Amino acid sequence: MSRDTSQYALLIDYEFCTGCHSCEIACKKELELPFGKFGIKLLEYGPTELGGDRWEWDYVPFPTKLCNLCEARVATGRLPACVHNCPADCMQFGTIEELAPHLALKPSRVVFSPR
Amino acid sequence: MRYQKPPSNNDLYKKNENVYSRNVREWQEDGFTVRREYQFTAPGCHNACGHIWYVKDGKVVKVEGDHTDPFSKGKTCGRCLNLPEIMYHSERLKYPLKRVGERGENKWERMSWDEAYSLIADKVKEYTAIGGPECIAGINGTGRNTVYQTPALMYGAIHSPNYSLGFLSGSCCYIPRMLACSKAGGVRTIIDTAAQHPLGYEAPEFEVPEVILNWAKNGIPANADGTLGHWIVDLMKQGTKLIVVDPSLTWLASRADIWLRIRPGTDAALALGMANIIIQEGLYDKEFCDLWTFGFEEYAARCAEYPVEKVAEICWCPKEKIIEAARMYAKASPASIEWGLPLDQCKNAMAASHAVHHLRALTGNLDKPGGDLLVHRTNGLESLCNSLIEWVDKDDLEKKRLGANVSPFTVGHSGATAQPDAILAALETGQPYPIHMMILFGTNPIANMGAEAYRVMKALNKAEFVVSMDYYMTPTNVACADVVLPVAMAAERNSVSHNYVPLKAHQKFVSYYETKSDDQIVAELGHVIDPEGGFKYIKTDIDFANAYLRQWADPAEGDATFDELVNNENFGYEFEEWNATYYKYQKGMLRADGMPGFNTPTGRYEFYVTAYADWGKFDPLPAHEEPPDGPYSTPQMFEQYPLIFTAGHRSFEYFHSEGRHQPTLREFHPWPLCELHPDTAAKYGLAEGDWVWMENQRGKCKQKLKFNPSLDLRQCRAEHGWWYPELPAAAPSLYGTFDSNPNNLIPQFQYGPTAYGAPYKTQLCRVYKVTPENDENLTARLLTEGGFGYVKGY
Repeated sequence: MSRDTSQYALLIDYEFCTGCHSCEIACKKELELPFGKFGIKLLEYGPTELGGDRWEWDYVPFPTKLCNLCEARVATGRLPACVHNCPADCMQFGTIEELAPHLALKPSRVVFSPR
Repeated sequence: MRYQKPPSNNDLYKKNENVYSRNVREWQEDGFTVRREYQFTAPGCHNACGHIWYVKDGKVVKVEGDHTDPFSKGKTCGRCLNLPEIMYHSERLKYPLKRVGERGENKWERMSWDEAYSLIADKVKEYTAIGGPECIAGINGTGRNTVYQTPALMYGAIHSPNYSLGFLSGSCCYIPRMLACSKAGGVRTIIDTAAQHPLGYEAPEFEVPEVILNWAKNGIPANADGTLGHWIVDLMKQGTKLIVVDPSLTWLASRADIWLRIRPGTDAALALGMANIIIQEGLYDKEFCDLWTFGFEEYAARCAEYPVEKVAEICWCPKEKIIEAARMYAKASPASIEWGLPLDQCKNAMAASHAVHHLRALTGNLDKPGGDLLVHRTNGLESLCNSLIEWVDKDDLEKKRLGANVSPFTVGHSGATAQPDAILAALETGQPYPIHMMILFGTNPIANMGAEAYRVMKALNKAEFVVSMDYYMTPTNVACADVVLPVAMAAERNSVSHNYVPLKAHQKFVSYYETKSDDQIVAELGHVIDPEGGFKYIKTDIDFANAYLRQWADPAEGDATFDELVNNENFGYEFEEWNATYYKYQKGMLRADGMPGFNTPTGRYEFYVTAYADWGKFDPLPAHEEPPDGPYSTPQMFEQYPLIFTAGHRSFEYFHSEGRHQPTLREFHPWPLCELHPDTAAKYGLAEGDWVWMENQRGKCKQKLKFNPSLDLRQCRAEHGWWYPELPAAAPSLYGTFDSNPNNLIPQFQYGPTAYGAPYKTQLCRVYKVTPENDENLTARLLTEGGFGYVKGY
């Protein structure tokens, strides 16, 4: 069971990613990945002072080459494991075409198309 | 501001009923039995999130979030995603165990449950005959599903007044805040996140808070005391703005409009200073204060003693930011205050809790939609720490309860317990009477919450008989236990969650060897110990759940039952209109007499707490008090130990001392982390990743250094709960439990005048690098030499 995932993508709203690691762990469980291997990996910037008493501390989960966009799950009508469990609900799944308008709704969003 | 659902492409999938069988509790799929069920410990936190569990051959294979769950809405932490790893780890306890070697040797023999029960019942009988029921004390860990099980056994079967927390000095976890709520307003408070409404955020009466003042709580990983942290993220997406009070930048602080970097232990001063600005500038809710409060003038006069310049100096916060925060909070409507553990973890805890709680009343946010909700345990399940307390002799409770002589507030309110410090003193000195037997429920005090951890171990070992219930062998069990009973995990339990948001019943659907739930153990053991006491009608876990649901009354026709609850149309959860109703104080819902007002002696919200005035030994108005050790109270010591030391900040991977067995979580968080500002680290020649000794006049511990550029240069933070399951169990190794334990630096017996609050977050320390020359096996040394040589005081 698989589906052509080349048109599919992940949208991350990194204003709201809290760095909780749920996506990474959900992915490791779904793909049964060993120590050191990640299908999605959290990247961190900060905390760093921006001046004027403002701080930046951002996380972005980035899908690696091991990410198959959960093609088996998606084929059954489910969300990829990372998106499904995200406590901040800061990840969206869909085709590039479906997600592109969401990208324009607010800043601090990024779309990854791993396949 | 009404909630507006953010557009998401995920809805298409989340609403796919073909996949998740929305209206079914259990279904078959690809060789799996798939089930919706709650996770309410063990293991885990205070929440009871809804998951979808995939079961094959009687084992849980996979866990994921359930988007139809009204509480967690599919939000799932890594700890629960990794549940199969902790459920089926090779070291999980399978059978009841009896110690065969010396304590500390880790030599055990399997026994049957019947043998275990008769051994324990015999010991209860033997010690009760020698020292009365009070010579047996029961303690539990943090408040999950042991906090009505433990008192039920201690009170209902053993009839001892001595139920308490696991050597947590000053009961400094949530109990001070609960007591403050109870004394000022007669009822507890949580922030309104729409969680009490069956429709959640979409409930028409719910308002999105304009501002959340997030006070001393890193809620995103902590998820404590009525709030699932990521609900705040949901509200931020709706436009809720944040003010954060915290010594460190947290993720929430990084998104806040204002972050007040406070000196640990000065919360009361900050809250009084903010209140002063709010009163002086006329930004408070005059109508609420006039109609519904008592002692406003006295409170305003007390606040006037905290001009912002003074507060800025005390709190190490710029005065402009304090003013800005006070104005922003007071002008917002609705606004709420989400408060956290550090308010409890200073000696001045009661004053700090009152000072912060008063801000909610001052601004009229109590029970306002989107404000601070007045709540009780769902469906009135309030007995909690007082479960079956009517089975303790009244005289024993008031005169023999350990700590009852310290303050009258150790008896009566819903979080009242014997005082942990007094239990420690009784073990050590035999005064006012010896403790012969200890029963531990899901608590690992020498690795987790017992200050002066080594001292706690020595004291526990003075008890002749120690029973512990846990799901792994822990340092405390190896060092001190005579009998260890294996407990079931959530999926293996029939139980009822008592948390604030919907009442939840969960049903056992897998089992693990001979493990039993705390409910089942308590029911069976309670009935064996005293078949005519509180357990007369309780023989099974279901009986126990039913008795809890009817709040321990004798069974009668028409009682709500566990079976009805688990089989209801909402798969075991039940909302309650009382909690969801706003402005209860206007509607006569808070008082027994049905009159409007608050359930306090004056019928009003008490800024001036009459209960303290009547007692005469505690200031009825909050005031700042310097921590026992600190830059201003002990300046000479501060020269020697120039950093403020706090312990216990939360991580996503672990809940207290649980979970270090799991390779997946250790990959993310392999070692205990302490934090310093990079400039402070440079000053002491430390690089990121170095192992660092943190030391003060009491003791030391070592953790790995992580830079935190947001800290004050005078601040050092450490993690708690670390032990190393990969190290040998038997003494003098004890899983290295004292190696990294910040409680080596934290004292017992420095609690506040009400018996509540202890300085876990206001210590001093110095730091230096662990080198081959100064490195040592600390646990082994302490066990060989007999500890750090603390100064004892009662």
